[in-house]
Amino acid sequence: MTSKFLKVTIERGAAAKNAQQVFDVPAHESQTVLDVVSWIQQCADPTLSYRYACRVGMCGSCAMMVNGVPRWTCRTHISKVLDGNAVTIGPLRNLPTIKDLVVDMDPFFDKWVAAEGMHHGGRTREHPIAPVDEKSAARIEASAGIECINCSICYAACDTVAGNPEYLGPAALLRAWTLLNDDKDEGRDAILAAVSGKGGCHNCHSMGSCTAYCPNELDPMSAIAGLKRETTKSFLGRVR
Amino acid sequence: MLSLRLYVLQRITALLMAPLVLGHLAMIIYATQGGLSAAEILGRTQGSVLWHLFYGTFVLAVSIHAAIGVRAVVHEWVGVKGVVLDVVMWATGLGLFALGARAVWAVTFA
Repeated sequence: MTSKFLKVTIERGAAAKNAQQVFDVPAHESQTVLDVVSWIQQCADPTLSYRYACRVGMCGSCAMMVNGVPRWTCRTHISKVLDGNAVTIGPLRNLPTIKDLVVDMDPFFDKWVAAEGMHHGGRTREHPIAPVDEKSAARIEASAGIECINCSICYAACDTVAGNPEYLGPAALLRAWTLLNDDKDEGRDAILAAVSGKGGCHNCHSMGSCTAYCPNELDPMSAIAGLKRETTKSFLGRVR
Repeated sequence: MLSLRLYVLQRITALLMAPLVLGHLAMIIYATQGGLSAAEILGRTQGSVLWHLFYGTFVLAVSIHAAIGVRAVVHEWVGVKGVVLDVVMWATGLGLFALGARAVWAVTFA
């Protein structure tokens, strides 16, 4: 890092980009984007609102737009994203801003529910536990997708969500796909129906921003392709 | 916006169009390379059930496929939704079909 200070532009207010404020932040070694935002809140302007919890990439709270790209700020080194010595930080795209860097995550989680992203159990405590074959193709698919931390980075990156607010989005559809492949889940018909509606998986254009930007290197785009295959098979099966 | 039914319909018409586009391109190259005149081409196509079926299927598949595609584009880029979106889709499909069917009719029957 050449400069001792970073020129940090924060998009503030309820309507992002209407009020940009520039701060000079001392530069340090191994400084994350979240460190920079925290310094501003603690040392320059205590009215700055932002959200974080774990600081180690597990909770999915601290995602923001950094130079126009959605990122988990606690695991992003500022040195990797600086443009010269400048950086612009804003609230996540595709979600309503509450204040400054805090967005309303309700639409994101509402769509998880709409995509049947919940457990559909059919057994009681009297039944034996459903056997899970960890080497089966379905389990491998499910295991590949369950490390989602609900950070909404894929949702912010998705241009289909931007153009079509009804679209369920990559995270909700990835959750549906993992449940569809889970031996313990018995909601197959409900899931297939939920992801076949007006905002369902068929709206995806496979642009791949979800997979490109997922901080945990998950692959929602392939999961959505899987849902398209399964719903189409089920549809053609019904027609026959 | 794009239901499963429309999605499947668009994929099936895409499958249909893939060989038809190749056939159409091959036909264009053959006709122009061989130096066939318009009258000679019409002489071969008029009254031919095979050419009628070939281009008739093509026009039908294009009309359905493009109308669904235009539906997605108009919704995402212009924000049109609801009944108006359905009207745009049907108008696109029927319009393309009318234009295409007229051409197929002229080349294979009239």
